[in-house]
Amino acid sequence: MEAVIRVRDVVNRFGAQVVHDGVSFEVCRGEIFGIVGGSGSGKSVLLRTMLGLRYPDSGSVEVEGRDLSSMHREELREIKRRYGVTFQQGALFSSLSVAENLTLPVAEAMDLEEDVYASLVELRLRMVGLPLDTAAKFPAQLSGGMVKRVALARALALDPVLLFLDEPTAGLDPIAASEFDELVLYLRRALDLTIVMVTHDLDTLSRTCDRVAVLVDRRVIVDTLPRIQKNEHPWIREYFHGPRGQRISAAGGHVGA
Amino acid sequence: MAFAAETDAAAGRLRLTDDCRMADLPVLADALAGLREAAPRELQVDLTHAGEFDIGPAWLLRTALEQARAADRSARIEGQPPGHFAFFDELPDPGAGAAAESQADSWLIRFGRAIDYRVGNSITSLGFGGRTLVTAARVSTSLRRLRLPSIVRHAYETGVQAIPVVAVIAFLIAIILAYIGAQQLRQFGAEIFTVDLVAIGVLRELGVLLTAIMVAGRTGSAYAAELGVMKLNDEVDALESLGLDPFEVLVLPRVLGLVIAMPLLTIVADAMGLAGGALLTTLLIDLPSAQYLARLDSAISDTTFWAGLIKAPVFGVLIALTGTMRGLQVRESSRELGRLTTVAVVQAIFLVIFADALFAIFFLEIDF
Repeated sequence: MEAVIRVRDVVNRFGAQVVHDGVSFEVCRGEIFGIVGGSGSGKSVLLRTMLGLRYPDSGSVEVEGRDLSSMHREELREIKRRYGVTFQQGALFSSLSVAENLTLPVAEAMDLEEDVYASLVELRLRMVGLPLDTAAKFPAQLSGGMVKRVALARALALDPVLLFLDEPTAGLDPIAASEFDELVLYLRRALDLTIVMVTHDLDTLSRTCDRVAVLVDRRVIVDTLPRIQKNEHPWIREYFHGPRGQRISAAGGHVGA
Repeated sequence: MAFAAETDAAAGRLRLTDDCRMADLPVLADALAGLREAAPRELQVDLTHAGEFDIGPAWLLRTALEQARAADRSARIEGQPPGHFAFFDELPDPGAGAAAESQADSWLIRFGRAIDYRVGNSITSLGFGGRTLVTAARVSTSLRRLRLPSIVRHAYETGVQAIPVVAVIAFLIAIILAYIGAQQLRQFGAEIFTVDLVAIGVLRELGVLLTAIMVAGRTGSAYAAELGVMKLNDEVDALESLGLDPFEVLVLPRVLGLVIAMPLLTIVADAMGLAGGALLTTLLIDLPSAQYLARLDSAISDTTFWAGLIKAPVFGVLIALTGTMRGLQVRESSRELGRLTTVAVVQAIFLVIFADALFAIFFLEIDF
């Protein structure tokens, strides 16, 4: 499998505190790659490093074969256009309507007629399964599930090849969360997206992710979910075989589908 | 080779070559717009030399084909249609179409709504002030519920920290007043009355008014923004759910803090204003400072200083109430926060000047 992101021996420190000490893994084209870890294990720092928002103290991150840290600012911006990112709280611009939120990234990149923008808004809304009258609403008028969907639609606005989702199902009810899982799977299948997601939701993890990276002891363990679950590391045992994890194991998981 | 779109508008032919990425959207959109204007009888899209499509461009192409078909014109694709067309077929039904644009209301409805808004606003303001007063009365029985540390903090932030800017402004305004006064009064040989002008002007009106305007800009906006962000973060609801009254915890300490700070700031402004007047009269009309003091003493009566100072706490209440009320009205979006912060400052300044006018008439009538 071709690697889209290659993280090599990444070390991240804040002063004397070492967050990552030699983290290496690859994300392959077309897969959904989950990242889990306890609070403070450096999930967000890793995500920021992969996004090029933070340079690692040593080691390298390559996206599509090109090293992020040796890139020019122009090149970096070019490659960021190929990313789509959603944030935990949605991070929709609260003073703009949904349509304006979806138009902003396109309008910043290119000059088009109004009706073309409107047509693209319709496309993105339909892609994430929202009714078209959502376009005129403001973020404050949307439910939590709709906010996540609009955030996803905005992340898709420039047809990215790579999608980063930070806790996409956090704060959603189980029905909305599993609908979101299906949406992610559907978009991956239909659009050949590569998706990296940070999540704490064990259901989402077992339903969507092909491979999982677990951040423990400043390092990373990457494998498919069933094999990770057999890992003897105490934190991993606690994570997957604690009271919440039991349920998933009992259901057998859907990994590797 | 880069993406290219060749059109033959008359014949309705569109020929696309190479990969069509999101960045090529403007080229494609232009070509399609040209074809739509020409409205040929049939639309033919030649994709035999086209490469891969991104979703955005594929969607535009498909929309154009569907529009042509809807207008009873034939639309054909030569070659392989983009793979995303199958994805578009799968897309769930969008449900109800976009809501119809709400019709513009007649002027009568808008006029009525504006009146309703204004009247509602005034009632809300009165209610807000009343509730603060009731809270003050209820809380005044217990020192602990008065929240002294909070009051002191607000008095410090709105008073002590504002001293430099208020002092400088008062000093400069007094200089301007003395300068213009001396110039005009010289025509009548009455330069000595510059002292009267500066002393009465600063003590009765300008000291307190300028302080209030500065504080409205500084503190009124800060109160509105602080409470607005708390409102957006549901912190106000959290307080209420803990059984705490936002008026007791948030509004009253701010009002009382400013009621303490405003008179103190006014005294600073008065002192700096008189100092500025003294400097300028010494320089402009060669009046020794001993004589300035003597002239000052006879210029002002017992009440001049108090006529200014007595207004300070009233202005403080107006500014604090406007700021906190607008802050608590914020809901939903960051734009609201900006709008209401502006409203808070503008209204506070308006109210201060309006109240000042009432004071002027009142003092005149009672000969204060």
